[in-house]
Parts: sequence; structure tokens; C-alpha cells
Amino acid sequence: MSEEKEIEEKTREIFSRLGSKRENLIPILQQIQEAFGYLPSHAMVEAARFLNIPEIDVYSVVTFYNQFRLTPPGKHSIRVCMGTACHVKGGHITLEAWQRRLKIEPGETTPDREFDLDTVACVGCCAMAPVSVVDKKVEAKADPTRVDGILLSYQLQKGQEEKETN
Amino acid sequence: MKFQEIKKEAQARWHGIWDGQVPVILVGTATCGRAAGAVEVLQAIKDTVKKQNLNCLIYEVGCMGHCYAEPLITIGKPGFPPICYGRVNPVLAESLINNFILNDDPSLEFVLGALEENELIPSFSDFPRSKYEKRILLKNCGHINPEEIEHYIANGGYESLSKALQMKPEEIVSEVRRSKLRGLGGAGFPAGEKWDVCRRSEGEPKVLICNGDEGDPGAFMDRAILESDPHSVIEGMVIAGYAVGARHGYIYVRAEYPLAVKRVQDALHQAEEFKFLGENILESGFSFDIKLFQGSGAFVCGEATALIASIEGKPGIPRHRPPRVAVRGLFGKPTILNNVKTLAYVPHIIKNGADWFLQMGTERSKGTAVFALAGKVVNTGLVEVPMGTTLRQLIFQVGGGITKGKRFKAVQIGGPSGGCLPESALDLPIDFDSLQESGAMMGSGGMVVLDEDDCMVEVARYFLDFTQKESCGKCTLCRLGTKQMLDILEDITKGKGKMEDLQTLEDLAEDIKQGSLCGLGRTAPNPVLTTLRYFRDEYEAHIKEGRCPAKMCQTLIAYYILPEKCARGCDACVGTCTVEAISTDKKRRIKVIDQEKCVKCNTCLVACPPQYDAVIRLSPPDQVPKGGSTPTLTLPHQGGGNL
Repeated sequence: MSEEKEIEEKTREIFSRLGSKRENLIPILQQIQEAFGYLPSHAMVEAARFLNIPEIDVYSVVTFYNQFRLTPPGKHSIRVCMGTACHVKGGHITLEAWQRRLKIEPGETTPDREFDLDTVACVGCCAMAPVSVVDKKVEAKADPTRVDGILLSYQLQKGQEEKETN
Repeated sequence: MKFQEIKKEAQARWHGIWDGQVPVILVGTATCGRAAGAVEVLQAIKDTVKKQNLNCLIYEVGCMGHCYAEPLITIGKPGFPPICYGRVNPVLAESLINNFILNDDPSLEFVLGALEENELIPSFSDFPRSKYEKRILLKNCGHINPEEIEHYIANGGYESLSKALQMKPEEIVSEVRRSKLRGLGGAGFPAGEKWDVCRRSEGEPKVLICNGDEGDPGAFMDRAILESDPHSVIEGMVIAGYAVGARHGYIYVRAEYPLAVKRVQDALHQAEEFKFLGENILESGFSFDIKLFQGSGAFVCGEATALIASIEGKPGIPRHRPPRVAVRGLFGKPTILNNVKTLAYVPHIIKNGADWFLQMGTERSKGTAVFALAGKVVNTGLVEVPMGTTLRQLIFQVGGGITKGKRFKAVQIGGPSGGCLPESALDLPIDFDSLQESGAMMGSGGMVVLDEDDCMVEVARYFLDFTQKESCGKCTLCRLGTKQMLDILEDITKGKGKMEDLQTLEDLAEDIKQGSLCGLGRTAPNPVLTTLRYFRDEYEAHIKEGRCPAKMCQTLIAYYILPEKCARGCDACVGTCTVEAISTDKKRRIKVIDQEKCVKCNTCLVACPPQYDAVIRLSPPDQVPKGGSTPTLTLPHQGGGNL
């Protein structure tokens, strides 16, 4: 199945579930992102057509809100909390550690598509600061040493998987 | 089924849990608990119970507010008071089951506190902090399973709804007005007034929105309530909907709170099943539905008109008011927008009456306030205290003071709209109005405690960076003015500031306040203004001496290992250095940091064993002695502490 076909099929299913009222734009985009991990441009065009609104309206909403991303994510997502409590406990240092190890900037994905890195305003776990959210799991007290530990565990896991497939 | 019958059944079941012969285990699995490993603990408990073939009831509960001691579990065993254990890990969980449940040994060394007063174990009510606390909104949090509506009903839930539906809507509005309940989202607008305007506005159907877009970094009160006791918010919404004559309701929850989203969704389904929501609620003829709307990560959407734009499917850009949203709101209809905590208070006011509420708090701010304590304070977590409690009581008595014996420097209150208050402001009572004069605001309840290692210029820069990014861009001064201020602050934190910058900052701050439409812009300069007012000397040290007094601004500091303190055989720092910048000076048998390679990540300072305490921070960085010679500097106070 071509990529466009797949997008059309999945978006159609989301459209029929949510209906074509203008106010459903954000829930529709959220579910498209849930399905693909990002918002493919073809899906945004489809959404505009379905809601009968100009494409630019869809694009303006997508670029306004921090949640939406326009590029495919990595296999594992890393979100570094930039809340106040995390900041005073070294959240920016944690972010630098991720950047240094993954060699990418926030908003980017590693060339091998293993990891994507981004910041998040606050995940409300201030008592556990500094935190990073790795694949939806909140990692408490994530300092640079913990960053190395997390990455190591993924490497080991990957090595294990490769061993098993061989 | 009549409400009283539902309640009777729920209570019978609840008492069956606690009075039965079977042990009960509660595991706190709110997001904070999960971050600390509660899911693994829960699994270990389930495994052990299975392995030992025990008859045990296991429930997931929300957050008790003692986040510093997460993961928390509570064990209720017949013959003992329910006992709460803190900092539980899977191994400890297994041993607690083996020792306590199987062998009657409550393992006192791991006890945090008992939930009831008893002669065996100190209870939470014996804690010194309990003198200051008053748990109303947080009463159920951590004690009931948020996914079981019957737990809520058995603890008095939905009683107020049943009572309210027998009152006239205007009676409810006047009761809430009389109680002087003010909006707990931060602005403190009287809730009853708002309801009254909406009730009398024309246009159908009216809409009620619960604002759970808790965007303040450093605040997590609404998350905890939505995750731990979602029905209290739903009950408040239905009562409010009935009072103002609304037909539809929305709960707006941030997408960053996936667990809150899930628990609210489940709670809505259950409330519908029990006829507390939907058509003809409890056979009263009143119909009301609630939709969950997930925010998409925009701080400005906490503002009423921006939030409404976002539900309408548009970018969250605030509009001019008037018309007020109570007159023209969502889709042009009269709309009530209340914070999570305000709505959660409604059932309590209906149940106990306005006079009960009026007894608590100060002259103009009644009731209690929930604060999220975070930062450099011992007991991080949630606290609920009567309005008028002082900052000092909150931070030192309830919060247990500053971590690692450091000195208190400031408390950041009210998030990006608030300010940093110094020690001299600690005796101010906290209510909606008292903090205004000091330049801060109570805000929604986020409170981050800062100690001597926190640089106030850097904190101001952090908040400006936040508001600058979150500005929606509609008003020029908010969009560009905050950017200018941020650029200046960045220069200062890098040692490139000029003294006249301070005046420019103050001028810009005034302009942004005047020239912005919504609260985001109007309050954005507050963190800068308060730090300039109370900590001007720190700004001056950065500008004049290129020195960061708190040793936090990375450009202005260097890490250094004191040769006379460095232990000869130890290489804790070498192993942990994330960039291999530390090597051994073989001749002198000490460790040396290569300043070129060092990324100032603070890891070595944390790794250096406390008995050596050899790693220090120096500011300005040129204090580091050159060529490996023994330092000739007069040593500043040592350590600089851990981040």
C-alpha cells in the first residue's frame, strides 16, 4: 500500500469517528498524530478538505500548538522537562547531556531514527525534579549520569534484540 | 435507583473493604508515584500476593501529597490501623507483605505514618505540619481509588449533587455568592458573581468549562486532583451547570497529563452510568453532559478567551474583553469558566453551607488554598492550608525547610506571572491580595523554593525565556518586548551586561505591562521586576565583576578540584565525568579538570564523596589557578553545593 493510500485510509477512519464540525480540528489532528507519530502533510490536506476549511487554517493551528510535530519521530521519544523546579535542579544540564549524547538539538531526530529529543514545559512531577519523559515513562531525578544509564539500557536492549533476530 | 440507595450500597461495599477480614493494600500511582517507580512496586505486590497465595485487596490510589516520599503504599490489616509506608521499592514491598501481612510485624522502621490515631504508631495527625494543614480538596486524594466511583460516593460524594438538585438554581448561586468563594486559578475573581452574570445572560445553550490547563511550570495541584479525585470536579461541574442553567460542559485538560486525561475519561463514563451525568440526572429533569477536551501545549490557553478559541478549533489567541465570556463565550454563548479547584470546592460549600466556608481564611480570601511545593524544600509535594497562612509557616513548618541545610534565598510564587520573594517577605500571609503589593501574586499555587545556589538573574532569564516562547504574538510589546528583555538578561548571565541595561529592563517591563491585552503579557515582567527589586546586587555582580554569586550561570563559573582535599586513591569523579575531562596528575597524585573539555555538568561535584568534598565551583572562571599550581586565591565558601 502506498504511503498516501495508508494516510487516506487511517484519516478517513478518524474523520468518521469524530465528525466534520470545525471544532473537531484539534481532536482530529491529535488522533492523526497518535496514529502516525507526526502530522504528514497529506493528512493535513485531507483534514482541511474534510472540515471544508482552508489548508492554511490547519497549518496555523498545527504550528501554534507545541504538541504537534511535522517530522516523523524516532523510535524512542525523549522529552526533557523545562519546568521551574526542574530548572533549578539542573534541567538545562540534563538537556545538554541528552544533546551531547544524541548529537541532536531539541526538536530533532537522530539520523538512525532511534531517538527524538524535545523539551516539554512541565509534566507536573516537580517533586521528582529534574525529570525526563522517555517513551511516556517519567524518569525521576534524571541527571547526566542517569541519562547515560538510560541510553545504555536501550543499547543493551537493542543488542539483545539483534542477537535474537540473528 | 434513588441516590440514598446508591449511597447505602456504596457505603456497605466500602465498609466491607475496611472492616472485612482481608488485608487492603493501596498503592499511590499518580504520575508522581509512577515517576518514582510505583508501577514496579505495584507489580511486585501483585506477584508476591500471588506467590504466597494471599487473599488481599489491592487498589491503585492517587497522590497523598507526600511526593517527597514516593512511592507510597498503605496497608490496612485487620487489628492494625491503616499504615502508610514511604520510599517503597519492589524489594521492600515484598518484605512488607511477608513481615506485616503474613507475620504481624508492621516493620516500624519503614513507616511514614498511620492514617488514624492509635497507640502503636505515630499518625499523620501527629506530624508538626498537620497543625497548619487543612485538607478539604485533598481529603480523598490518595485514600480512594479514583477509578471506582463507589469509593467516592461512600466518602460523601455526589451527596451535594443530590441536595443541589432539590434546591432552586438561584439558591445555589446565592449560596456560592454568600460564601465569597474566589476563583482558585489565580485571578481570584468571585465565582458567585461570575455565575450570576452568566445565569442572567441571554443565549442558549449556556456552557460550563472546567479549566485544567495548568500551564504554570512548577505547579501540579490540578493534575493531582484530576488524577486522584476526578469525581469531585465532575460533581462540582454538574452543580455549577445546574446553577447557571448550562446544558453542556467541557473539561479542558493539558495533553501533558495523559494519566489525568485517562482518569477523567473513565470517571465521566462511570458518572454517566450512575446517572450523575447525561439526560435527566437523578430523575430531576435536569440534563447536562461533559466532554473532555485535550489541550495541545500552549501556556496562553490558560487565559479564558484563548482557551475558548482553542476548543473552537482555532489557535489559542486571546481576544479583547468585554464582552465577558459569561456574556459571550464559547460559540458566542454565555460561558462559565472555572478552575479545577474552584469547581471541586462547590460540593463542599453546598454540603456544609456558606457559613462553614466563611469561617476559614482571611477577611477577603476565604477557604483554603492548595500549593505545590517544589524546588529546594525538604517535603516537596502538595499541601492544603487555610488562606492567610504565612510563607514562613508553609516553607519551614509544612515544607520542612531547605534541603541539605542550605540557606533560604527566595520563593518563586505564582509561576511566570508571579515573582521571587526574599526572606523579608516570609511573614506575609498568603491570600489573593496580600502578595500583590510585594510584586508577586498567589497565582494558582505553584511554589518553588530557591536556596543560596540559585542565581536570581538566571531564574528571571528562565521565566522570560518561557513567556517569550509562549507569547501568542498578538500584541507587539509582548511579542517583541519580552524578546528584548530576554536578550538583555542573556547578556547579563554571560557577563556581557552593562549597567544601563537595568534601566532598560525596567522601562521595557512597564511598557509590556501597559501594552499587552491578556494576563500573560501584563504579568510577564513580574519575575524580572521582583528580582531587580530584591536582588539587585546579584545583577550588579554579574555586570560589574563578571561573577555569578550563586555560581549557577555556566559561562561565569568553572569547576575546580582542590588539590589538598582530593583523596589520593579515589577516582569517583573520573568515572562519572560525562566528557572524560578529568584525569590524574601522576606527579602529584591528584585529579585535575581539563577546563577546555569541561561542560560544567556538575556531575563530578555530586560524585565527589562528602568526606572529601574536593570539587568546588569558582566564579568568575579566571579564578582557576593556571598551570596546575596551588591556588593563591582566597577561597570562597566551599562546595557550592549540589544542584
